[in-house]
Amino acid sequence: MPSGQPLLDGNERISVLHLCVDYHGVVAVHDASLHLDAGSICALVGMNGAGKSTLFKALMGFVRPSAGSIAINGLPLKEARRARAVAYVPQTESVDWNFPVNVHEVVMMGRYGAMNLLRIPRPVDREAVKEALDRVDLWPLRHRQIGALSGGQRKRAFLARALAQGASVMLLDEPFNGVDIRTEKLMIELFEQFRREGRTLMISTHDLSHVTSFCDQVVLINKTVLAYGETASVFTSENLALTFGGLRLEATPAAATDPDPQAP
Amino acid sequence: MTTLLTWLVEPLQQEFMVRALLVSTLVSCVCGLLSCYMTLKGWALMGDAVSHAVMPGVVIAYALNLPFAVGAFVFGVGSVALIGYIKQMTRIKEDTVIGLVFTGFFALGLTLISKVRSSIDLSHILFGNVLGISSSDILQTVLISLLVLTVLVVLRKDLLLFCFDPTHARSIGLHTGVLHYLLLSMLSLAAVAGLQTVGIILVVAMLVTPGATAYLLTDRFDRMVWLSILSAVISSVAGIYWSYWMDASTAGCIVLVQTLLFLLCFLLAPRHGLLAQRRRSPRASRFPS
Repeated sequence: MPSGQPLLDGNERISVLHLCVDYHGVVAVHDASLHLDAGSICALVGMNGAGKSTLFKALMGFVRPSAGSIAINGLPLKEARRARAVAYVPQTESVDWNFPVNVHEVVMMGRYGAMNLLRIPRPVDREAVKEALDRVDLWPLRHRQIGALSGGQRKRAFLARALAQGASVMLLDEPFNGVDIRTEKLMIELFEQFRREGRTLMISTHDLSHVTSFCDQVVLINKTVLAYGETASVFTSENLALTFGGLRLEATPAAATDPDPQAP
Repeated sequence: MTTLLTWLVEPLQQEFMVRALLVSTLVSCVCGLLSCYMTLKGWALMGDAVSHAVMPGVVIAYALNLPFAVGAFVFGVGSVALIGYIKQMTRIKEDTVIGLVFTGFFALGLTLISKVRSSIDLSHILFGNVLGISSSDILQTVLISLLVLTVLVVLRKDLLLFCFDPTHARSIGLHTGVLHYLLLSMLSLAAVAGLQTVGIILVVAMLVTPGATAYLLTDRFDRMVWLSILSAVISSVAGIYWSYWMDASTAGCIVLVQTLLFLLCFLLAPRHGLLAQRRRSPRASRFPS
């Protein structure tokens, strides 16, 4: 059971030290440092262009840092990637939903890295996929073409793929975009289960109400890590003002509003 | 009954017809399989570009007495690399770069063929010459086809994932850059194989239409592949027979049959066809979204 058992290897999941990334001389992230332990849910909060997606890309090894270092589970990125430790859950808008694959095939794609060259599923792969689909309640819909799923089911299908991959670190890109309240509750329940199993989730969001409700860690980012740590200590009006470039926001969940003028 | 049998069997007594049917069936399998990826990746224009860009390579190879596939492959891959490079280094959009590069290469081919003294017939390159295909050309086509088929079959799942979700592919350690250029190389090779049958101008139909036809018929990739290959083979065989009895352009007939098959599916496909959508639409129009 690759995804069900607690992942107890080591305590530090993500370690970023003095990370700098630039694109052709334009600084995207400067001198960012943070540490996240096993079994935590961390909100990554920042405006558009603050470097959220750059940080994700760096954690997946897609961009070469100009300085600094990253370790996942105490391993250098390359080895962590080979161990398939990091799963990326994309925004559902970024996928072609007419693609001729069904739910089972999409979740099986999480296992490809573990298979032989021909990607022929072994019993252990089928088991992992079944377990992942069971956990997100999609096993009965496994033969559906992915476009025939509802919005919430699509999100769950991608969570199942990350589960089937057996990742100990999950990067989720705006998972609550365009999700109804029921699905949101379901997803948060799943996230809390993942946390109990010792996984580390990093959730990029610009909706501050989520941050205080279930995230135990917060990373505030604006070209660099402004503050990170326990939600209660980081989520202050001063820090938020820094994050959103002078926009003053109340740090209470009730008054938290969407600070991003470009967000839908 | 006997007339139908004569109609089918009589052409087979000509050796050139047997060769043409065998070669184009093989090429159809290759192009049919590849066209599924082209359709899903949205690379139709890229297919058109590569097939036109191989022309100077073919002319140079013939002039130097090299296998035409070598020249075609070099220019096919070269055009793809050039398109990628210009796109990366400038702010010009990809479709513009594609249009710019392939016409440039095609023009070079046209100029070369008018100046280089050789036995090449321009119309054979432009419109194919499957009825007059030589033994050495057959050998090259068979080798290319087997190579492309092997690569596409071995890497079919990786390529599918690369088309569907390249970010995930990369995050689990697949080399998406390699897959990208590999698929483009296979496209160049398939274009070279296809131009034997239908020529440079119509080879893009071989690389697009079967996949598009199959995509209307199914929501499963495996079935899409088989249906695509089937429609490509049917089109080639029917097209060659048709051109034999009508004494019409072989390339034209093959692609025309492909297009007719597509139109048939466009109308009658069980779920994605026009009629099926019409049947569903009265209910939809009562609840406008």
